[in-house]
Amino acid sequence: MGTGTSEELDLGQAPGRPGRAAYDGPLLAVDDLSVTFTRRGRRDVRAVDGVSFAIRPGETVGLVGESGSGKSVTALAVMGLLPRRGVRVGGSVRLEGEELLGASDDRLRDLRGREMAMVFQDPMTSLNPVVSIGVQVTEVLRRHRDMTREQAAVEAASLLRRVGIPDPVRRLKDYPHQLSGGMRQRALIASALACRPRLLICDEPTTALDVTIQAQILDLLRQLVRESGTALLMITHDLGVVAGLCDTVHVMYSGRVVESAPRRPLFGAPRHPYTGGLLASIPRLDAPRGAPLHPIQGSPNDTIPWEGGCAFAPRCEHRVDACTTSAPALEVRGDASVRCWNPLPPPGRAAAAPEEGT
Amino acid sequence: MLRFAVRRLMQLVPILLGLSILLFFWVRALPGGPAVALLGERATPEKIAQINRIYGLDRPWYEQYVSFLERAVQLNFGSSIRTQRPVTEEFLRLFPATVELSLAAGIFAVGLGIPLGYLAARRHTTLLDNLSVTGSLIGVTVPVFFLGYLLRYVFAVKLGWLPATGRQDSREFLDAAHPTGFYVLDGILTGNPAAAWDAAKHLILPGIALGTIPLAIITRITRASVLDVVHEDYVRTAEAKGLLKRTITRRHVLRNAMLPVITVTGLQVGLLLSGAVLTETVFAFDGVGRFLNLAISNRDFSVIQGFILIIAVIVVVVNLLVDIAYGLVDPRVRAR
Repeated sequence: MGTGTSEELDLGQAPGRPGRAAYDGPLLAVDDLSVTFTRRGRRDVRAVDGVSFAIRPGETVGLVGESGSGKSVTALAVMGLLPRRGVRVGGSVRLEGEELLGASDDRLRDLRGREMAMVFQDPMTSLNPVVSIGVQVTEVLRRHRDMTREQAAVEAASLLRRVGIPDPVRRLKDYPHQLSGGMRQRALIASALACRPRLLICDEPTTALDVTIQAQILDLLRQLVRESGTALLMITHDLGVVAGLCDTVHVMYSGRVVESAPRRPLFGAPRHPYTGGLLASIPRLDAPRGAPLHPIQGSPNDTIPWEGGCAFAPRCEHRVDACTTSAPALEVRGDASVRCWNPLPPPGRAAAAPEEGT
Repeated sequence: MLRFAVRRLMQLVPILLGLSILLFFWVRALPGGPAVALLGERATPEKIAQINRIYGLDRPWYEQYVSFLERAVQLNFGSSIRTQRPVTEEFLRLFPATVELSLAAGIFAVGLGIPLGYLAARRHTTLLDNLSVTGSLIGVTVPVFFLGYLLRYVFAVKLGWLPATGRQDSREFLDAAHPTGFYVLDGILTGNPAAAWDAAKHLILPGIALGTIPLAIITRITRASVLDVVHEDYVRTAEAKGLLKRTITRRHVLRNAMLPVITVTGLQVGLLLSGAVLTETVFAFDGVGRFLNLAISNRDFSVIQGFILIIAVIVVVVNLLVDIAYGLVDPRVRAR
C-alpha cells in the first residue's frame, strides 16, 4: 500500500488501554468456528463449518463468498450477535487472546462498540428512524468512554466531519430520513469508529449504495483504517472491493473456507476452481465487445453436504472422481491454502502473474 | 402543524352534517315516538297529537331538520323531553363522570396492555406469550355488558369487595361538594380523601369492564409491534454498539414499537365512549352513556341527536390530538 495522501486523521489508539502491551499474537484468532442453526422439526443447518483465520493488528482481511456461504454468520458469531436460542456455536474466537465464545453477556457488551465494531449492509435500515443522528453517534461514546452529553456532542461532530459529512453540527440534529444513503453509511461508520476500536467488521458496507457512493465509502474506509491502525474484516461478495482493500483474502463456499491467500497470489493465480470461477465471471472493460461473460454454472443451491465430498463439486468444471466421494481438506499449496482435490495449476504453468513484494 | 390541525378540523363539517342527517332520520324511524313513550298506556290519538304539536313534531320533516340545524350550530340542541332541561347543560353536567370512567378504563388498558404486550413479545412462544394471545382473543370477544354483569356479580354481590353501582356512596357522602364534577378530583380538592377513595373504588369495576376490549387490543398490537421491531436492523446496530440492554429497550425498541400503539390507543377513544353507554347502564353510573341509553328508551330526540353529535366532535378532536402526539414521537411525520 502506498503512503496516505489525505490529511492526517486523529483516530489513533484510545488512551489508557490497560495491560495489552505484553500480548503480541494476532488481534483476532478464529479457530475451527462452527455455527449450527437448530429448529424443532427441521434438520439442523450448519451455516459455518470449521472456519479458521486470524487478523493481525492493522491488517485488512477479506471474507468473500456468495449469499449463503456463511460469511455474515461468521461475522455475527465473532461479534456475539447471533441469537442464543436455536443456534449452536463451536470452536474458538479470541480477541487479543481473550476467548469470546462463552464470555458473559456483560463482557461482550463492554467489548462491542469499544474494542470491536461493526458496520452493516443496509444504511437505510441500520439507523433508528426515530432517533436523531446525534444521539445515535453519541450513545456509543457515552456508553464506552464515559463522556458527558456536551463532550460527546463535540466529539460526535468531529467524527462526522472526519467521515466527510459536511455541516456536522447541524447534521447531529437531523434524523436518518433527512440523510442520503451515502451519508447514512458515513454516519454509521462514524459511530462504529467512535471508540477507536481495534477491530472493525464491515458486512457488505457498499452493497446497498450506488456505484459512485460505493467508491467513496471504500476510499473512506481505506483511509480510516490506514490512519487509525484499526484492523478491518471486510465481508463482501464483490471481488472488486477485495482487490482494492484487502491484504489477505479468505474465500468461503457453503460454510467452509475453500481458499486462503494473500491478495496478489489470489488474484494472480487462484488455485481453487471456485475462486477461479469468481474471477473469470467479472466483466472486463478490456474484453472485446460482445464477448460472453463466464458465469459459474448452477447456483449455490446445487451443493452437496461437505460430509460426502466437495460442496462445490456439482458446479465445478475441474471435477474429478474424488470430489464426490470424500471431502478435501484445507492444504497449504505455495502462498495459498486450498481445499480442493484438483486445484488449478500454480502460476508457473498458467499465465504468469506479475510478482510484487508486500 | 397548524395547517394540519385546521385541515383535520375542517373535515368535521361533512362528518357532522352527514351524521346529523343519519341521526335525524334514525330517531324518527324508531317505533313509537316521544309522545307514546311519555304517555305510556294512557296514550290516545288526541293526546299524542297535542304532544307532537308542543314539540313541533307535526311539522314537515325538512322544516324540522332545518330548524334543528339552525339551532345546533349555536350549540343549542333544545331541551330534554324527560328532564325538561337544555341538552347542552345535561351533557356538561354528566360529561365529567364519563371522562372519569373512560380515564379509569384507559389507564387500565394502557397501563396493563403495554407491559403485557412487551413481555409477551420478549417471551415469544413461551407460556406467557400464549396466555396473552389467548387472553386478548377472549378479551375482544367478551361483550361489555356481559363482563360488566359478571364482574358486578362476583366482586360486588358475592364477594362484596367493591361497590356494585353508582359513582359514590350516596348516604355516606351526601353533602360532599363537587366543584368540578370529577368525583375523585373533587374529593382531593375539597380535602376529603375518604370521598375521593370511595369515588375511586366505584370506578374499578366499571373501569375494568370498559377497559377490557381496549386492553386486549393494545396488548396484541404492542406484542406484534415489539416482535417486529426487535428484528429490525437498527436494533442489531444498537447491539453491535454494546449499548446496555435497558438503553436498547427504551431508545431503540420501545420508541419505535410505540408508534402503532399510539395510533390504536387513539382509536380506542371512540370505543370507550360507545362502551360507556353499556357500562354506565350496567353499573348505574350517572354519566353521558347512561343518560343516552335512557334517552333512547324514552325517544328523547333532542338528547339523542345532541349527545351523539357532541360525542362525534370529541372523538374527532381526540384523534386529532393523538395524530399530533404521533408527530412528536415520529420525526418522519413531523417533516411533512
